[in-house]
Amino acid sequence: MIHLDRVSKRFPGPRPRTVLDGITLAIPRGLLVAILGESGVGKSTLLNLIAGLERADAGSVTVAGSELDRLDDDALTRFRREKVGFVFQAFHVLPYLSVARNVGLPLALLGHDRAPAEDRVQAMLAAVGLADRGESMPRELSGGELQRTAIARALVHRPAIVLADEPTGNLDPDSAAGVIGLLRERLHEEGATGVLVTHSRAAAARADRVYTLSASGLDPTSL
Amino acid sequence: MSAGLAIAWAVLGGAFGSHRGRLALSVLAIALGVALGFAVALINEAAIAEFSGGMRSLSGSADLVVRGPRNGFDEALYPRLARDPDIAVASPVVEVDARIAGRDDALRVYGVDAFRAAAVTPALVGTTKDALDLLRPGTVFMSPAAAAWLDVHPGATLRVQSGTHALPLAVAGYVRAESGERFAVMDIAAAQDAFARIGSLSRIDLRLRPGGDAAALRERIVAALPAGLEVATPDDNAALTRRLSRSYRVNLNVLALVALFTGGLLVFSTQALSIVRRRSQFALLRTLGLSRTRLIALLVGEGALVGAAGSLAGLAGGYLLADAVLRVFGADLGAGFFRGVAPDVAFDIRAAAIFAMLGIVAALLGSYLPAREAAAATPAAALKAGDEQHAFARLRSPLPGAVLLTAGAAAAWLPPVGGLPLFGYGAIALLLFGTLLLLPRIAAWVLAAMPRPHAIAPALALEQLRGAPGQAGVSLATTVASVSLMVSMAIMVASFRQSLDDWLLRVLPANVYVRAAAAGDSAYFSVDEQRRLASIDAVARIAFLRTQGIVLEDGQPHVTLLARDLPAADPSAALPLVGTALSLRAGDPPPVYVSEAIVDLYGIRPGARLHLPLDGKQRNFVVAGVWRDYARQQGALVIDRSEYTRITGDATATDAAVWLAPDVTVDEFRRQVDARMPGAARMSIATPGEIRVRSLRIFDRTFAVTYALLAAAIVIGLFGLSSSIGALVLARRREFGMLRHLGLTRRQIAVMLATEGFAVSSIGLAVGLLLGFLMSLILIHVVNRQSFHWGMTLHLPWGSLAALVLALLALALATTVVSARQAMGHDAIRAVKDDW
Ligand SMILES: Nc1ncnc2c1ncn2[C@@H]1O[C@H](COP(=O)(O)OP(=O)(O)OP(=O)(O)O)[C@@H](O)[C@H]1O
Ligand SMILES: [Mg+2]
Repeated sequence: MIHLDRVSKRFPGPRPRTVLDGITLAIPRGLLVAILGESGVGKSTLLNLIAGLERADAGSVTVAGSELDRLDDDALTRFRREKVGFVFQAFHVLPYLSVARNVGLPLALLGHDRAPAEDRVQAMLAAVGLADRGESMPRELSGGELQRTAIARALVHRPAIVLADEPTGNLDPDSAAGVIGLLRERLHEEGATGVLVTHSRAAAARADRVYTLSASGLDPTSL
Repeated sequence: MSAGLAIAWAVLGGAFGSHRGRLALSVLAIALGVALGFAVALINEAAIAEFSGGMRSLSGSADLVVRGPRNGFDEALYPRLARDPDIAVASPVVEVDARIAGRDDALRVYGVDAFRAAAVTPALVGTTKDALDLLRPGTVFMSPAAAAWLDVHPGATLRVQSGTHALPLAVAGYVRAESGERFAVMDIAAAQDAFARIGSLSRIDLRLRPGGDAAALRERIVAALPAGLEVATPDDNAALTRRLSRSYRVNLNVLALVALFTGGLLVFSTQALSIVRRRSQFALLRTLGLSRTRLIALLVGEGALVGAAGSLAGLAGGYLLADAVLRVFGADLGAGFFRGVAPDVAFDIRAAAIFAMLGIVAALLGSYLPAREAAAATPAAALKAGDEQHAFARLRSPLPGAVLLTAGAAAAWLPPVGGLPLFGYGAIALLLFGTLLLLPRIAAWVLAAMPRPHAIAPALALEQLRGAPGQAGVSLATTVASVSLMVSMAIMVASFRQSLDDWLLRVLPANVYVRAAAAGDSAYFSVDEQRRLASIDAVARIAFLRTQGIVLEDGQPHVTLLARDLPAADPSAALPLVGTALSLRAGDPPPVYVSEAIVDLYGIRPGARLHLPLDGKQRNFVVAGVWRDYARQQGALVIDRSEYTRITGDATATDAAVWLAPDVTVDEFRRQVDARMPGAARMSIATPGEIRVRSLRIFDRTFAVTYALLAAAIVIGLFGLSSSIGALVLARRREFGMLRHLGLTRRQIAVMLATEGFAVSSIGLAVGLLLGFLMSLILIHVVNRQSFHWGMTLHLPWGSLAALVLALLALALATTVVSARQAMGHDAIRAVKDDW
């Protein structure tokens, strides 16, 4: 489902830096993969490459059958809209939309009809345990609830892959465990592939596979 | 410095760095407002100082001045006063505004008795070696300013006009005047003779015997004066002159203050939005232990710095502006109030202090409201991402806004205070503030009523706006204020111009108008010349007019008396009457038609009896109607010319209206006048079309300053519009980053922003247009009527209003697109990182 072949990324500029150097990674469909690694080693950069938000300097990135290097900006945007779901560390739930509207945003973007979309949103909210909070405004929710909203939003349009960059960074350990468990359960339920970047070994332990990113490359890790 | 303060300064200092552009804008807005206000104050100050200085030197050491109709009064009064035991010196003066040959300008010529004038008004005496020059007919002395103006110096000849004849005057020297006033002086008997004023005086300057009782003398003189004459002190006269221009000056000041006010509003929205952006930073400072009052003080301090910087720049700019304006346009700013003076600008400390303070106060107030809002936020909530949305979200009670609106509507009905439309100005301010207070509510209401669009981008835009009506209100404030001010002025000026145009059409029904001279009061048509003019072949019909200045009430300026041939059956055919004319009963005195200014200034209504001082006696008239007059602000009266001639014996005329015989062109008429009339070259012959063009040009020049000040308010308003839209867009960079992650294209985000910009500006425009319309009604029916006594009918300049709306919408869209570019230029990846 996700295939990285000897991918390298350099940041040019006054202090140029090579962050990723010849990374190869293959993630089969339906798995949740966790990536550990020290701060600044390039984990977020790796996710951005998979999302098509950055372009690799060398190597190729193939996601859900699309070779991202060959897509232009519009095509990449369409690719993200249809195939990718995001969960951010800082939630990024739009404060002026209700919880349900936030979750329904990707469907609206894809131009789905309202009635089936609303059913789907309701089902997703129920699945993340927010069945009766759809009409709430984001400011009335706790951090954990906000992140569950974000997970519902990331999965509502049945993306092929879900990318989560430190989704538990802003949460207490109990909520964090709950959120990762939920993410894995939902991914398996929807048949989506997930990449989870985290600092927490406890969180990583709930993934199907774990890799550690370091200066020397990406290594499978067992916890 | 405590650690907390150090952090606070770091945050604010950082803000100064990153908001440099918008801070500069705020400083500029305040500077512009202060500069305009200060410049207007300096120009007025300079003009008044020069003018009253001139008045003082020309009235010299006179204790009292007797004055009467513009065309003079019977000189028999003079020996009676001169014999009064309490009067040391009585100095008779003849004043004529002599038309200068070859120019559409007049020069004031004083005829004096040099030996008496030397004792009372030495400035009006010529300096010469040969004392006989002072008495010689055909000899004048020029004031240095007049000599420089006309480039006519001693030894040269000054050419003026009397009647329809040329009158060459030998310049024998200068007068002793030191003021910048333009005039010439000649012997009184020579002047009476040269200008056909034999037996008539314009004024008598009186000096009391030392120890004499001025008040008692004044009473005694008043009791013995013929009708239409009055006694005043030179101070009274100076005050009168000042009062004549006061409405105009106050009007300019108010306009300048409006510019300053929009500057303050701009600071308000800039500060408000920059504070919204830094809300979480302030929350951090608050959690770090900065007290609420301290935070307010810091933010208000920031505003004070902006105000101080703006004020300083504004004072410098205002001084330079005033200097440049006086140099280029002179002190009358195109309005003709201070003709003939050339003042210098002087840095006025008091005005500087006032305007600097106003600038700082505007900026302080602009910062205080948002600062209070920032300090009121609970730090824990404000630290949460997305909390910017809650700033200004609270809708306040609509009550204060409604109260202000009601008060404004009520104030519009109140009468002027001391001749100034203070309640009218107040009504406009109240309406504006009331609307600004209600804006968030209006915005919320309109947004709630809009249907949710189908496409995702506009739908998001609408929901963002609905979520923060308070913020929309903030960014709307400057838009509404400047649009409404702009619209009200545009409507007022258009109504005035159109009314003037319609009026000209009504008052100029003939084919050609002939004047004895283009300027001054030294020219006239004699009875013989009238007969000759009427007998020209080209003339089918001719009507003559005699103008004259008379004093209706002591202490009031001259009003113009127009004696003209009136069709008794239907006076409205000749006069632009407001309402209908009274039908006269048998036994009624002859009719007089008064202008709207007479109604306002003297409280005279149709049907009332009015005594007019003619030929030294009060004559009884009945007010038969009110007519509209845009030409004479101090009021004008119309009586039938045959009546006037019967009473005064004066059968001369100053103007003639000519209806041409069939198939005769104006050029043919001109040729015949040239052939038949000896003084034809000195007369002014104009078609209604030419008069209309000239009048409208004068109108536009008079309003040039208004337009300029208006333009300043517009520029500030546009700054406000762009800056608030830009700030709102930049504040949401993170949101755009997230939306890009979700797969919104750049185009869609641009559409979303354009929708927001369009919706906000449309609301601002709609509210501004409506408010501007209401304000224009007050400007037309209250402010202008009370200030200048001009009645006018409402005309909406649809073309300019539409252009204005389109320009503002285009600007709003352009700003949104530019700021969207800027906001999306930052890449989506960095935008979703949770920092500021
Ligand atoms: N736009 C950029 N320009 C220059 N350098 C960058 C840029 N983005 C990231 N970097 C650098 O690349 C390196 C990797 O960044 P990345 O964000 O991928 O780290 P990370 O592994 O996610 O770290 P963390 O765990 O702290 O989030 C960092 O050293 C960072 O400084
Ligand atoms: Mg990272």
